Amino acid sequence: MKNLVILGAGTSGTMMANHLSHKLSKDDWKITIVDQYKTHYYQPGFLFLPFDIYKKKDVKKKGEKYLPKGVRYVNQKIDQIFAEENKIKLEHEYLEYDILIIATGTKIAPEEIEGMKDKEWHKSIFDFYTYEGSVALRDKLRNWQGGKLVVHITEMPIKCPVAPLEFAFLADSYFKNKGMRDKVEIEFVTPLDGAFTKPKATAALHYLLEDKHIKEITDFNIERIDNNKKIMYDYSGKEVKFDLLVTVPTNLGDEVIEKSGLGDDMNFVPTHKGTLQTKANKNIFAIGDATNLPASKAGSVAHFEAEILTENILLYINGKELKDEFDGHANCFIETGNGKALLIDFNYTQEPVEGTFPFPGVGPLSLLKESRMNHMGKMAFKWIYWNMLVKGIHIPFVSATMTKKGKKIEA
Amino acid sequence: MQKIIANTTVEVTEQGYLEDFNQWTKEIGTEIAKEKEIEMTDEHWKVITYLQEKHKNEEALSVRGIKKSGVVNIKEFYSLFPGGPLKISTMIAGIPKPKSCI
Ligand SMILES: Cc1cc2nc3c(=O)[nH]c(=O)nc-3n(C[C@H](O)[C@H](O)[C@H](O)COP(=O)(O)OP(=O)(O)OC[C@H]3O[C@@H](n4cnc5c(N)ncnc54)[C@H](O)[C@@H]3O)c2cc1C
Repeated sequence: MKNLVILGAGTSGTMMANHLSHKLSKDDWKITIVDQYKTHYYQPGFLFLPFDIYKKKDVKKKGEKYLPKGVRYVNQKIDQIFAEENKIKLEHEYLEYDILIIATGTKIAPEEIEGMKDKEWHKSIFDFYTYEGSVALRDKLRNWQGGKLVVHITEMPIKCPVAPLEFAFLADSYFKNKGMRDKVEIEFVTPLDGAFTKPKATAALHYLLEDKHIKEITDFNIERIDNNKKIMYDYSGKEVKFDLLVTVPTNLGDEVIEKSGLGDDMNFVPTHKGTLQTKANKNIFAIGDATNLPASKAGSVAHFEAEILTENILLYINGKELKDEFDGHANCFIETGNGKALLIDFNYTQEPVEGTFPFPGVGPLSLLKESRMNHMGKMAFKWIYWNMLVKGIHIPFVSATMTKKGKKIEA
Repeated sequence: MQKIIANTTVEVTEQGYLEDFNQWTKEIGTEIAKEKEIEMTDEHWKVITYLQEKHKNEEALSVRGIKKSGVVNIKEFYSLFPGGPLKISTMIAGIPKPKSCI
């Protein structure tokens, strides 16, 4: 009997457990998956929870429900990976493996910035990248009387890089609906040179910021926050004052990666970008937010990776050459408020352009253009996530590698 | 597009970053620095060497990485390359402008 161990039962780990339990012979392989929590969180929902669009029950489910029978589900913290010995130390036991899949994701590290996780944390300084942060922010917004709202990115890379912008758009709608938009000033502060990270998207979408009266402050590299004065300072001496700060702190890989000597500066696992094999060991693979791939850290990316990683694990077991196929395919809905959304579809080399998706020329979803249909897509994503995506069911008409069909690409 | 830097013809992006790191020489680096009104010192070159190493190993550049590197702290980094330290130093180093840029 051989052992395949998956570390992390979030989006990627759960998908891999589902894929592999169908493909590996039960007589030859035992699959074990480890996570510190019994709960599986739907992180894209953390964007909607603060605005009372989703309820707690929309974003929290029992992890067990989404894992196939026959897979051993261990709820313990992972302490260290001993890559040379093919062994892992958990809180209460050791596990041995023949193949290891790292899917420990990324999490926020507000302690990286002086004054961020201080006395104003979850009082006037919030994150919405954790369940706790998102709920605390909801409670704050319900009673907030207005003032200056600053939506802020600490440093890149962050998972779901468009989420902070969506937050700013949704905040605009939320305050309009509450009849208090005139009492709120919204500022978007980013270390990048624009709100959108790709040039075509910037050109097509900049009007959104103007229409919604969201002020953009770029090239702001935060050094520290003064909790008494409620001011953020940047390394070059710039200041941003806030009444309510919603920040996305530095995103890092888990400490277990650092402790095991398997990470880069940000504790992300150096991984071969086409095959998803780690650079450190042939029998260790990595997927999703835990990797250092130059792709977006998003559930949709993990979904495309999972299809290719499943094939590669089978090739590896049979001693065959791995497929060097993953192209960085990402597909993201961007909420723009007022019941509309955008859709972008891109990969390592192709930046988002206009067109239709998934059917070239027909749609129904339009790329890089605001529409109600896209918003329905984003809302349907929750259903797709719980019922298809994490279960490893292929989403019809959407391929793992990006298609250029239906896209307006300039030569 | 093409540009002549330190008497050598090189391929650069619209923003002035070298397309091919193999074309880089110390003279080219010095010349780009001059355009940015920076006089290169040993301190500057230490940073440039660090960035080039990271690039060769395909490792992403980040503020945290620089903090941890021990090569410079962020304040010094700003005073060596005023304005946008990572944007300017990567240009001098002949490597692509990082996406996560300061
Ligand atoms: C606000 C927000 C909005 C988003 N919106 C979208 C969206 O619209 N579309 C989209 O595609 N993606 C979106 N994402 C991103 C998406 O949620 C992630 O990319 C996806 O969950 C990554 O999956 P993963 O399995 O790699 O990591 P995760 O799902 O984060 O799973 C990692 C798991 O590993 C476990 N773990 C880590 N370390 C340890 C340890 N030491 N011991 C035990 N267990 C451990 C964790 O408990 C966790 O369960 C959003 C994310 C956020 C925060």
